[in-house]
Amino acid sequence: MIPQTFEYTAPQTLEEALGLIAGGDRKILAGGMSLIPLMKLRLATPGEVVDLGRVSGLNGISENGGVVSIGAMTTHHAIETSRVTRAHCPLLAETAGHIGDVQVRNVGTLGGAVAHADPAADYPAALLALEAQIKLISAQATRSVAASDFFLDAFTTALEPGEIVLEVEVPAEDQSEGYSYEKVPHPASGFAVVGIAARIKKDGNRIAMARIGVTGMGAHAFRALAAEKVLENGGSVADAAATVGDGETPNSDLYASADYRLHLARVHAARALATAISRAS
Amino acid sequence: MATTISKPATLVGKGIRRQEDPRLITGTAVYVDDIKMPGMHHAAIVRSPHAAARIAGINTEAALAHPGVVAVFTGADVKNLGAVPCASSLPGLRVPHHHLLAQDRVYYTGHPVAVVVATDRYVAADAASLVEVQYDPQPAVADPEKALAAGAPAVHPQWPDNTSFTFHQEGGDTGQAFRDAEIVVKQRITSQRLIPTSIETRGVVAEWRPGEKSLTMFTSTQIPHLVRTLVAGILGMPENHLRVITPEVGGGFGSKLNVYAEEALMCYIAKEIGKPVKWVESRRENFQATIHGRGHVDYYELAAKRDGTMLGLKLKLIQDLGAYHQLLTPAIPTLSVLMMPGLYKFKSISADIIGVFTNCVPTDAYRGAGRPEATHGIERMVDILAAELHMDPAEIRFKNFVGKDEFPYATTTGLFYDSGNYALPLQNAMAQVDYAGLRQEQATARAAGKLMGIGLSTYGEICAIGPSAAMPAGGWESATVKIEPSGKVTVMTGASPHGQGEETTFAQIVADELGVDIDDVMVVHGDTAVVQYGIGTFGSRGTAVGGAALFYALQELKAKIKKFGAMLLGSDNVSLVGGSCVDDATGKSVSFAEMAVAAYHAKTLPPNTQPGLVATYFWEPPNFTFPFGAHIVVTDVDRETGRISIRRYVAVDDCGKIINPLLVAGQVHGGVAQGLGQALWEEAVYDEQGQLITGELTDYALPKASFMPLIESSHTETPSPVNPLGVKGVGEAGTIGCSPAVVNSVVDALSPLGVRHIDMPLTPQKIWKLIVQSGGLS
Amino acid sequence: MKRKISLTINGKSYTDEVEPRLLLIHYLREVAGLTGPHIGCETSICGACTVMLDGRTVKSCTMFAVQADGRQILTIEGLAADGKLDPVQEAFWNEHGLQCGFCTPGMILSSKQLLEDNPNPTDQEIRHGLEGNLCRCTGYQHIVNAVRAAAKAGA
Repeated sequence: MIPQTFEYTAPQTLEEALGLIAGGDRKILAGGMSLIPLMKLRLATPGEVVDLGRVSGLNGISENGGVVSIGAMTTHHAIETSRVTRAHCPLLAETAGHIGDVQVRNVGTLGGAVAHADPAADYPAALLALEAQIKLISAQATRSVAASDFFLDAFTTALEPGEIVLEVEVPAEDQSEGYSYEKVPHPASGFAVVGIAARIKKDGNRIAMARIGVTGMGAHAFRALAAEKVLENGGSVADAAATVGDGETPNSDLYASADYRLHLARVHAARALATAISRAS
Repeated sequence: MATTISKPATLVGKGIRRQEDPRLITGTAVYVDDIKMPGMHHAAIVRSPHAAARIAGINTEAALAHPGVVAVFTGADVKNLGAVPCASSLPGLRVPHHHLLAQDRVYYTGHPVAVVVATDRYVAADAASLVEVQYDPQPAVADPEKALAAGAPAVHPQWPDNTSFTFHQEGGDTGQAFRDAEIVVKQRITSQRLIPTSIETRGVVAEWRPGEKSLTMFTSTQIPHLVRTLVAGILGMPENHLRVITPEVGGGFGSKLNVYAEEALMCYIAKEIGKPVKWVESRRENFQATIHGRGHVDYYELAAKRDGTMLGLKLKLIQDLGAYHQLLTPAIPTLSVLMMPGLYKFKSISADIIGVFTNCVPTDAYRGAGRPEATHGIERMVDILAAELHMDPAEIRFKNFVGKDEFPYATTTGLFYDSGNYALPLQNAMAQVDYAGLRQEQATARAAGKLMGIGLSTYGEICAIGPSAAMPAGGWESATVKIEPSGKVTVMTGASPHGQGEETTFAQIVADELGVDIDDVMVVHGDTAVVQYGIGTFGSRGTAVGGAALFYALQELKAKIKKFGAMLLGSDNVSLVGGSCVDDATGKSVSFAEMAVAAYHAKTLPPNTQPGLVATYFWEPPNFTFPFGAHIVVTDVDRETGRISIRRYVAVDDCGKIINPLLVAGQVHGGVAQGLGQALWEEAVYDEQGQLITGELTDYALPKASFMPLIESSHTETPSPVNPLGVKGVGEAGTIGCSPAVVNSVVDALSPLGVRHIDMPLTPQKIWKLIVQSGGLS
Repeated sequence: MKRKISLTINGKSYTDEVEPRLLLIHYLREVAGLTGPHIGCETSICGACTVMLDGRTVKSCTMFAVQADGRQILTIEGLAADGKLDPVQEAFWNEHGLQCGFCTPGMILSSKQLLEDNPNPTDQEIRHGLEGNLCRCTGYQHIVNAVRAAAKAGA
């Protein structure tokens, strides 16, 4: 399992990096947790690789005016353990803790995971539930795409050639919110068979706001909008969960057929919601 | 034991930490891939992407032209070398000629087609992708029952029925048993294909020394001597010119109890290119081309009286052999048949094995090798019978056990169980879990709609494999003990431990027998130029056969030392005490070192005594040993998702006398993990075209630390009369006892829904579907 | 095109020209001659290749050597560099936390990381903390015991 030869560049500045990838034919290496296995299996055989690992300014977590900004090269471990994320977007911190294993979390990055857009990745569910914005940059321009407009298909995002993820902006969760990430990990790969990220805001006993992101179910993660509506209109958790995945074509594999996966998504949506509700004040 | 122990046993029986560990915990141990030689080249193997195809042509030009490539070998180059050997013989066995590289056809995905040799591992990998093989794909069959169906594609065109052999074994009168029966229960039970998955894959380094006309091969194997004899045979070279060295081995579990094409190929290539060559298997290759285990479809019929007395057992056993016979492939299901009676007093047994070719990698010995399949079958059938009779599964077992005063017990399959007290482990395990209390708790849980299961298995196994009469290539083991002139002790064992810890347990035996410090004992193994000859480590035989050989070698040596002691003391009445020789009359003594010096300096010698202190013993075991035990597993099944959680895992095992309880516990835990792997997660899945779907560790689920329950392990100790140590063997017990206990527990949990059997692995999806089908979700 | 990398492994400086595609595990094993870290899979699952990079565990089979340029690496060989075993090594030995030993170098480094992140882990936390390391021999129970013992010893 040896990768094919490639040319390698490790730019130090963002400008340099953006210049290198402007043509759109160079492969971008972030943490490498997805790309390198693909290269070793020779399922990816890029001729040129641009390593973002040495670009300054892409790494870090900060909170400003109710928005948590997380640099693209921030590791899962940092997101899992940072005081800022734990205080202001605990759903994302909890989700990060479910990715891969310790070694993967030490190296894998938010930007890499988001750009790779594996249908079974964990982050997209949380980013959808958090209504995060994904900031993209190219040599020409910077733009911001809502998470709900970013994940387009399996391994396909709104990223244009020459563009990279610069950072992810997460509106800080209200302290009174409840949250939960419920995941069924594949026993071998650890990827999400299904993963449900839920946020709940209560107004007395009423659910004032529900946000539910679902991953692992289809070609890309999605918001369970119907379920959110049911809850916000005073419906039960069971009724809400029962709508999760309506209209989707669930993935099917050896571990979980489409019907089982759909069922798992609903069961775990109910569980995630129950936890989130119990955590909301 | 007739022999005098020289001092009270101080180490045997103690859970001391291992002698082999310092090198392993510091990263200084040497495995095959750690070996580097000047001028060493690297081989990469081109493997078939098809399960069945004709090879229309191979073009190696581009690969050969690649800078750094020194040679490319294909089937034509090795056509006239010998075949990969199958040591098992059964009447009428069809054995396909197993060339080292594919000739005009490939028979399974991963079948080796060509070898590229280059100066560098990376270059070899690059060039391997440049070998152009033209395949003409043929229909394939990957399922053994489908392979037996009329019109199935023929794996080997010369045998259109895909049957390699049929084998019938009968003991007692099953016809009568089934006529006498008041109840007969039947069940189809599978034991799925598993991938052994040692964390170290296979690897070979071979070096040709033209001056000596000799080959040295480093290979990750459980059987260095057998590899030497058989690879020399493949290559047509004298075996004393082939030295096989087994460095540290990173796990085997049966998968390295074999002789593989790659071993012979690397030897051949080293000689051809005149340079050392290394090949290390990738994980994908390991999954595709190293033997798999299990692969049974079994049809059982059990005849019994309504009081639970079991009378007879019939079995039709369909064994998925894969495309070829590896070393022991056809023998594995015969071991299943031997163990069919389990711990019970069956009057009759009848078994028919059908060995079936499929377009898959061969199956062969994987931890337990035939016995887990049998134990799973019989333990499931006992539970199914108990359920039909509304009997408690413990009660029906107690009723049918061979009694503790009935040993040696002759089974209907021709074995003689050595010793046992089969009820005791079950009684202990039941007491430990408060069985009656658990059943009450279960009744309450059921009333509340919860799915809680209690599962038992009482297993027996056949170990210390084995008497030579039952083995294709000898079943003895050897040991040489050498007291060096300095008084240090070197043991050379023919067993080839690879993680079991015999460098420690054997040193414990030596230290106690000779009265020396354990750190003065060095146990050497796995080098055919150093060790006399040996069979190897498998079949829970390392200590039970190899340790016994060591014990007898030590007795010979002690007799000789005593002669030197007597000479030095000038007395005829001496005893060995704590490493010294003591004059019984005067109490005067000479030390171990003094006797060693006397034996080597040899200024004077005792009468009829040669200089030196070396003894070699080849011990032929008179019988197998038969460990046994009881496992109880308590499970909770999530009604919504089908997920199983193990609340308690209690294992009471009897492996005879225990030399090192710490190491025995390790063997039990590891064995249970592999049994649990089969019960809950692992399955090698081929699709209809013979592609291995579970082709990497990202797809094939090995137990992780977080999957494993706490194993509450304890023992009863019934010594074996078969060997002087009283040991029975423990390497496979955990695996054998585990899977039926888990499945019985989950079936018990689901029994209120009408479920009576589930085939492994018990994936959440499978359980959920059963719950849905039974209407149990509502 | 080869690139020059300089890094520190177990406190010692190394400078080499490497192909960009050279995996860190192969650099460590074949260029630096440190064969303690092993290769057990190629898909970043088994963790036998685990080393520490700037103080955190990584799977060196899923990283290019060029990515480690200028950084600090600790392999199992560097853990008892002064001849004294690390408490985690000692605990693995005492508790029989290994059998064939192939996963052990990675397992020990992951255990070390685990205890650095969480000095008093529960058994459940130990099991989850080791999810990136596969062992086929031990059933993990003695490994869990070893980590618990190391925690008690203040590793």
